[in-house]
Amino acid sequence: MLPQRDKENRKWVIRVGLASCGIAAGGLRIYDALKTKLQEKDLAIEVKQTGCMGMCYNEVLVEVSSPEHGRVFYGKVTPDRLDRIIEEHIIGGQPVTEWIVLADWMKTEGSDFLAKQVRIVLRNCGTIDPESIDDYLAAGGYEALRKVLFNMSPQEVIDEVTRSGLRGRGGAGFPTGVKWSFAKKASGNPKYLICNADEGDPGAFMDRSVLESDPHSVIEGILIAAYAIGASEAYIYVRAEYPLAVRRLKIALAQAKEKGFIGEDILGCKFSLDTKIRLGAGAFVCGEETALIMSIEGHRGMPRPRPPFPAQSGLWGKPTNINNVETLANVPWIILNGADAYSVYGTEKSKGTKLFALAGKVAHGGLVEVPMGITLKEIVFDIGGGTSSGQKFKAIQIGGPSGGCIPARLADTPVDYESVTNTGAIMGSGGMLVIDESTCMVDVAKFFMNFIQDESCGKCTFCRIGTLRMLEILQRITDGQGKEGDIELLKELAEKVKEASLCGLGQTAPNPVLTTIRYFRDEYEAHIYEKRCPAKKCRSLIRYEIIPEKCPGCGLCAKYCPVEAISGERKKPYVIDSEKCIRCGLCVSACRLDAIVVE
Amino acid sequence: MNDEINLITEAREEPNLVVIDAISHKHNSQPGATIPILQEIQDSYGYIPPFTIQKIAENINIPASELFGIVTFYAQFRLHPLGKNVIKVCHGTACHLSGTEKISQALSQEVGAKEGETSTDGLFTVERVACLGCCSLAPCVMVNGEVHGRLAPEDIRKIVNQLRETERKTEAATT
Repeated sequence: MLPQRDKENRKWVIRVGLASCGIAAGGLRIYDALKTKLQEKDLAIEVKQTGCMGMCYNEVLVEVSSPEHGRVFYGKVTPDRLDRIIEEHIIGGQPVTEWIVLADWMKTEGSDFLAKQVRIVLRNCGTIDPESIDDYLAAGGYEALRKVLFNMSPQEVIDEVTRSGLRGRGGAGFPTGVKWSFAKKASGNPKYLICNADEGDPGAFMDRSVLESDPHSVIEGILIAAYAIGASEAYIYVRAEYPLAVRRLKIALAQAKEKGFIGEDILGCKFSLDTKIRLGAGAFVCGEETALIMSIEGHRGMPRPRPPFPAQSGLWGKPTNINNVETLANVPWIILNGADAYSVYGTEKSKGTKLFALAGKVAHGGLVEVPMGITLKEIVFDIGGGTSSGQKFKAIQIGGPSGGCIPARLADTPVDYESVTNTGAIMGSGGMLVIDESTCMVDVAKFFMNFIQDESCGKCTFCRIGTLRMLEILQRITDGQGKEGDIELLKELAEKVKEASLCGLGQTAPNPVLTTIRYFRDEYEAHIYEKRCPAKKCRSLIRYEIIPEKCPGCGLCAKYCPVEAISGERKKPYVIDSEKCIRCGLCVSACRLDAIVVE
Repeated sequence: MNDEINLITEAREEPNLVVIDAISHKHNSQPGATIPILQEIQDSYGYIPPFTIQKIAENINIPASELFGIVTFYAQFRLHPLGKNVIKVCHGTACHLSGTEKISQALSQEVGAKEGETSTDGLFTVERVACLGCCSLAPCVMVNGEVHGRLAPEDIRKIVNQLRETERKTEAATT
């Protein structure tokens, strides 16, 4: 439910969600307009920026908090809507109920969206100003660091985190406390802590949102982890494609330094930590631990064999511990609230919560945090509100290019590491795409194979060439040139790529293909044997036609056709020359009367 | 440390080896400086001018071939200058499902350059990116650092035409 901020509720304050999604939807314009308009009307109300409120589907989001009505969230705010909100709610004291997406005192789609969520990592996201350390401090920030430095030994910290059951949220799910204990036990000086913020999975934006919305929680997690393992230097390896996250992280680091949370003799204790930011240069494989280390060292980001594990010999040959953003953001909460409070959530082996970037063909997409053990169905329907298209829900793609597609009939699968792995997918870092009937599963498999083929570093032959051969087979299937035996060949190659690749990228690369074959073999067969794409997506297997009765002869389709395949006379039905047509579909988007159909 | 990311490509100065030296030496005191050096050079010029590679390699004491290997390994680095406007087309999963292909096609048709190319008039560079992370706004593109989401093919045409119009106006104002 709504994060508790009762004290704050007593005064007027307006917050605008300004993480990347909010800004992309026009949030900055709303923020500026709001300030100007309030000034014009002589209203001395504080306007604050905040990070991701999670409800990306409702951007731009504006929260009006007042003594009488508490926290009221307006969705899809435009400059026009803003005028009415100011007039009626802020001046008149009457909230504009039809645009409210969330409020304590009324039932909205937003309350459904939040009802099953548990916000631990997202505890401050969408409430505090990410560029203000005072906001973070007021929300209990850096209290966990104090507790650790003054009252706990490094071993006690590790024990607490181990007891909480926290597992690596980057995808592999290795127990965090155990990982820390390896680095602590390793001999070597200095020791390094690396925060992996190289979020590369297409369709994943959890780390970005946390860094943009609550960077201090990650920094505090880094400090606690560094204290636990005895590290004196930390690196945050963050994607250069996330300029806003980088900017806010830099601001937060500077503030933390100024307040004495980072640097020498932190809080007067004999613990020092120097923290640097390194920008990733756009290589997916650098999300893999050893490749990431190579990249920080200034080389091509190519993985190396393990052992030795980074805990023994990592960055510059020294003991190194690498944790993902979400993992680290959990840590301060666990320290403050205790391992038991954390392990209340989840299943026997997967404790706590998990962030998901819910996107694709879902009605209410956004950033969600759910307790482990919740079912996929609950996420798609209760939180996500079902499909956006109204078409039937067909599958969930989870875990990005390393993950797989779980069909609708297995939607009762609980979200925990073991159950998801049993389906052939993996938990992954948190990308979750909802797929409806209009999506071709062979095309989805081809999409991921294309991505992997681009991103394979080239070190292992099977990953480098095996994935290319797999892509070629998928290409020929979607081109209508599939042959008998192609499915078996794909499966055989997939097994070889898994076995003969060094790192996680190659070992998991065939998962999207294997899961789609396992659950949607009929679609592959329709492409190969019947030369038919059931979802009507694959270009070589479809045909566009104009329905004469519906066509008014406006000529718009002909104007946009890149190959002049459409002809006709004005005010008479046009025709498509199937020979010339390249099936790009631009005519369908151009037609305003739905007169063009796919056969 | 000046590694702020330039969001908008503006007129940049000509590549110059003195600047290259200064950038190399600034970072060279810290270990693993190669990538930060390349990033700052690219921020300054919009690309890594190929003739500077030998010089950078000398500065950081690695073979030029190895440096070239690093430059070409990472998707971020480019060896060609950018057009005045940079349009990055997101090919993330959510965008793919929502029809990025159509956006991409309409875009290349409109600007006369495919993904990875710069238009002959130097006005537009079209890039393909794996994911912009704005999945709830799919399909989306980033135009000069600003994300435009929930696009239809005609929206991208409008965006391009607006950029052309702005360009015409600035040109008219300066001549």
